[in-house]
Amino acid sequence: MSHRAHIPIGPYHPLQEEPEFYKLVVEGEKVVDVDVRIGYNHRGIEKISESKSFDQSIFIVERICGICSSSHPIACVQAVEDIAGIEVPVRALYIRSIVQELERLHSHMLWLGLAGHFIGYNTVFMWGWKYREPICDIMETVTGNRQNYAMLKVGGVRRDIEKEHVSYILTRLDEFLHHLDMLKGAVLDDPVLHSRLKGVGILTKEDAIDYSALGPTARASGVDIDVRRDHPYAAYDRVKWNVITQKEGDVFAKTVVRILEMYESVSIIRQCLDKMPNGPIDAKPKDIPPGEGIGLIEAPRGECFHYVKSDGTNSPVRHKIRAPTYMNFPTFRETVVGETVSDATIILAAIDPCYCCTERMLIVDNDDKELMNVQDLIRLSQEKTQKIKERMGRR
Amino acid sequence: MGIKEKILTKSIYVFHLSSGSCNNCDIEFLDCLTPRYDLERFGIVVVGSVKHADVLLCTGSTNRQCVPMIKKLYEQMPKPGFVVAWGACGSSRGLFKDSYNTGAPLDEIIPVDIYIPGCPPKPEAVIAGIKKLIDKINAKKKE
Amino acid sequence: MKIDEILKNLKDEFGDKVLKVYKKSDARAYVDIDPKDIVDFTRYIFKDLGLRFNIASGVDEFNGIEILYHFSSDASGLVVSIRVLLKDKNDPHIDTITSVTRAAWWIEREIHELFGVEFDGNPDLRPLLLPDDWPKGVYPLRKDFIVPKRDSRKA
Repeated sequence: MSHRAHIPIGPYHPLQEEPEFYKLVVEGEKVVDVDVRIGYNHRGIEKISESKSFDQSIFIVERICGICSSSHPIACVQAVEDIAGIEVPVRALYIRSIVQELERLHSHMLWLGLAGHFIGYNTVFMWGWKYREPICDIMETVTGNRQNYAMLKVGGVRRDIEKEHVSYILTRLDEFLHHLDMLKGAVLDDPVLHSRLKGVGILTKEDAIDYSALGPTARASGVDIDVRRDHPYAAYDRVKWNVITQKEGDVFAKTVVRILEMYESVSIIRQCLDKMPNGPIDAKPKDIPPGEGIGLIEAPRGECFHYVKSDGTNSPVRHKIRAPTYMNFPTFRETVVGETVSDATIILAAIDPCYCCTERMLIVDNDDKELMNVQDLIRLSQEKTQKIKERMGRR
Repeated sequence: MGIKEKILTKSIYVFHLSSGSCNNCDIEFLDCLTPRYDLERFGIVVVGSVKHADVLLCTGSTNRQCVPMIKKLYEQMPKPGFVVAWGACGSSRGLFKDSYNTGAPLDEIIPVDIYIPGCPPKPEAVIAGIKKLIDKINAKKKE
Repeated sequence: MKIDEILKNLKDEFGDKVLKVYKKSDARAYVDIDPKDIVDFTRYIFKDLGLRFNIASGVDEFNGIEILYHFSSDASGLVVSIRVLLKDKNDPHIDTITSVTRAAWWIEREIHELFGVEFDGNPDLRPLLLPDDWPKGVYPLRKDFIVPKRDSRKA
């Protein structure tokens, strides 16, 4: 006889940095439904933006999400530049690409650490975050801050990359690459991880297209989209790089996509530093005329979309922000229903949800069923990995 | 006051609460636990339940939905307990003070002991803040 | 397919239902249509032309609530936005497009609670973002909802 149990995850638990509330309805071991209540992070940024000038709203937009801290500003300034038809100087385009790729490196490494924790590989968590520090150091050297970079402005960038910084960046990148090789070998060649993650949480290509999934979540299901190649911006059409896709759509495929993308990012940064021409970094625009503009960029989690409408004054009439997790999130329901409870956390982590970007949340009805808390869920996930290790004769 | 505080300062159990943040502060907090900054060498441990916590660490700009939860969690924290307001948002709601979805500043909801300003505060600022908290607890104990 | 081809296909398929076309550049175009045709246009653009649905954004204009549905063609690197104007601000209605794409579920919920637009046929228009105790009938992103500036040290 199966009975239904409701398992709330959230809104506050140790390794989920943002408050969210999921209710998983389970029958025995299998998840049959999931409901999400969001809104704990909704800060009304679109409304605040309408009362600020174009320059000021870039600082607010930066703080939509700490991890995609340069993605949202690039999309925002591109939308405003689209309204006015502003030509950004070439050097500024290269600097934008460099900052964007550095952010992608730090975000994917952060994800790798968190995913490692969820399945019980705490060393991956500690080492992943430790080896992410060179990237934060580079950011601090180039932009002045580890997290909120304040590098973008309408018409260019605010700070230049000095000649002395270039060799520093290249040395730290070499260090990073060396550690990335080690983590890649540890993660991708581990048979326990193959057994744990392959075939788990599969998102089919048809569902990915129907939900308009984005970023690594879509690319892991075989949907070949990448804004950097399809809607070229910054300096991505001036350097050579590859779009990484996989076909299976499971959690393992998503891991592979993110790890291989890190290698591409390092290559892009090196090419940009090599090819960057001298010149101005700011087009110094004067006025923004009335009109509408759209900015699209590839954040670490997928496509970021900003729409700005201007009426000729110094503030936007409307600033619509759409973060990638907003489109990826509903795919969680597709991928987790039918899977076991112990896989729920890793399936959720695989879409790399950035709730602060999404600003949302939900709840299922209350029956009088037994409840488990989220620590139990993470513990279940880690125990499953342990069982697989024992079965394979490893410790 | 007395022996409880003395023991508390030797090993602080922290419960992390985010009431609508951009996640920067939360990531920097987790960064403090990783090998480079390693707060655990000072005896600081992150706990999963507020009932085991000595310090309630609050990030985020006090979203309206989170306000009742903040109060409830503060009441559930065993006393003596301390509150750390982390970041510009924790101190005064930061850039989001003009939003329709943020409530009162944190220190009007629960009493705050230490403010660590910054957006986000650097890990070095965090370590300095924790040191100030320990000094404050020790100073109170002497009174 | 290039933007001119897409605009021509729309004109051929729908004729007079395409009220106005503004081609801003080779990568951006805005097409005005009547709200009652939205499901047909969405089905054609999403299923037949194969464009990806990005997002729908609402604006509170003086003459009504304007909703823009943005679609992008990744093969050609362009964005086509379909504009509808809902003239009755007291009771704006439009058909739901969730029958065409499931990506619209959350998008319509959000526009519903922030602008007050009714999406006829959407089975789930529960609040998505706002708190449970948010007063009914108050729509934050409308222009008549003014947020007073606050002192950072007071509530």
